[in-house]
Amino acid sequence: MLMDEERQEIEAELVHYPTKQAVCIDAMKIVQRHRGWVSDENIRDIGELLDMSPADLDGVATFYNLIFRKPVGRHVVMLCNSVSCWIMGYERIREHVTRQLGIEFGETTADNRFTLLPIVCLGACQHAPAMLVDNELHGNLDAAKIDGILEECK
Amino acid sequence: MPTERPLTQAIPTDGQALSLQGYERSGGYQGLRKALHEMTPQKVQEEVKNSGLRGRGGAGFPTGLKWSFTPMGADTPRPKYVIANADEMEPGTFKDRHLMEGNPHQLIEGLILAAYANQADIAVIFIRGEYKLSQERLARAIAEAYSAGYLGTDILKSGYGLEMYLHISAGRYMCGEETGLLNALEGKRANPRAKPPFPQVSGLWGKPTIVNNVETLVNVPHIIEKGAAWFQSLGRTREAGTKLYGASGKVKRPGLWELPMGTPLREILEEHAGGMRDGLRFRGVLPGGASTDFLVEEHLDVPMDYTEVQKAGSRLGTGTMIVLDDQTCPVGMTSNLIHFFAQESCGWCTPCWSGLGWAKQILAAMEEGHGEPGDLDKLSFQSNFWSPGNTFCALAPGAAEPLQSALKFFRDDFDRHISEKCCPWRT
Repeated sequence: MLMDEERQEIEAELVHYPTKQAVCIDAMKIVQRHRGWVSDENIRDIGELLDMSPADLDGVATFYNLIFRKPVGRHVVMLCNSVSCWIMGYERIREHVTRQLGIEFGETTADNRFTLLPIVCLGACQHAPAMLVDNELHGNLDAAKIDGILEECK
Repeated sequence: MPTERPLTQAIPTDGQALSLQGYERSGGYQGLRKALHEMTPQKVQEEVKNSGLRGRGGAGFPTGLKWSFTPMGADTPRPKYVIANADEMEPGTFKDRHLMEGNPHQLIEGLILAAYANQADIAVIFIRGEYKLSQERLARAIAEAYSAGYLGTDILKSGYGLEMYLHISAGRYMCGEETGLLNALEGKRANPRAKPPFPQVSGLWGKPTIVNNVETLVNVPHIIEKGAAWFQSLGRTREAGTKLYGASGKVKRPGLWELPMGTPLREILEEHAGGMRDGLRFRGVLPGGASTDFLVEEHLDVPMDYTEVQKAGSRLGTGTMIVLDDQTCPVGMTSNLIHFFAQESCGWCTPCWSGLGWAKQILAAMEEGHGEPGDLDKLSFQSNFWSPGNTFCALAPGAAEPLQSALKFFRDDFDRHISEKCCPWRT
């Protein structure tokens, strides 16, 4: 069941668009903001609200990088693996982050504190290597700077 | 030589966004006033056409010509849409973010002018999900523009009305492709659509739709305010305006600079980016993002405009360059690029999803020392299918550009990976 608040936020988006389907990406982001991720049950409920089949909606969900169809930790670390960051030392940075967190891409730490994901170019190439932590941008990364940023995430 | 920097000179240097008042003080919304009160939509289109402005998203298509395909007149299907493509996701590109974070009202004014010129009813800024600061600043600026009477019904008492929305995407390279973007806005997977019909005729929900890049749109207020002749005079070559050029990689001062269109590559890399870091030598550059052909030392004097870069065998693209030095492996770099394109392929066209996946595997194996004789022929053979006409959109043709040019300029490096059974940069 969608919460009243989620339903209201989704319905507020409907007025901007001529079709219900147009709202589906926003709807999944709204649910994700409340719950951290989008479950199968959420997919069914959103689909019902927007007159979409669960299969159609899941087809949309799985297309987009920022819709999570699995639970994530309290903090989501997204490491840029595109070309400028690669030149500027992405492989070393990745090694450091995976060692510090003890997880690989796509995994969540046992204490549910961090999920680690790769991400495409963040448009911060003059400050490469770069990463997003909970959608906040961090550039000019080195091991010490990364440790400081991760430390801040409780 | 004193140079004008119309797009960036008003951007505060302290990292803050230029306020509405600051923008108005710098001449902001004067172009809009002039257009709404003194110019017909056709006259605005004509001025932009005469200015020689070309699309800054990468393709370089003349903006005025793009607009000229929009159906005008009383029996036009409505609503008509204009969209700012702010889905900046071309690897190595970081120019639109600077423009949106630093001066959001400049984009809004450009978008309103584009809407007026095409007599659109609804404007959308389609922005990628990861650009949080740009989103916040644009959302505030749109609200301010409504309050100040620059948006809504009867803008500046001209009788013209426009609604503007900010659409925050959920991330995928394909969303930056014009027709993929339209599908994304309709709540679908961002697969490309067949062209024709072109979006100007049948775009969002089948209605006439104009899609322009952020940097393209921010030029429009200045062109309308100061005129096409002024804009033409800004370029150093026969092409008009200024361009945001950038450099990333192991140069001394990676960054972004607004310079006259046609500034030579060498001048950008040496004077602005400060040359290579100590101990490193220049080997090549992707001149305008991941989907452009490598240029090498012999091309350093090429003026960076659309025509001249094309003559040199590449594309100006986004104008943000990725520099390859002599201690970075060109095969590894190519492997990284093809990995990106393979991952971001939407799966719609066979040469793209199948061929890119195969090429990705060959290159990754080569980097790990498992390259085989014949691999390079396979890469050439596959990438020949990634040409315009074989796919619906430009993703696969874009991927072919760095791969084919790398095979041409760095052939020895590929051969060494295969013959030495390792990456020589990793030993």
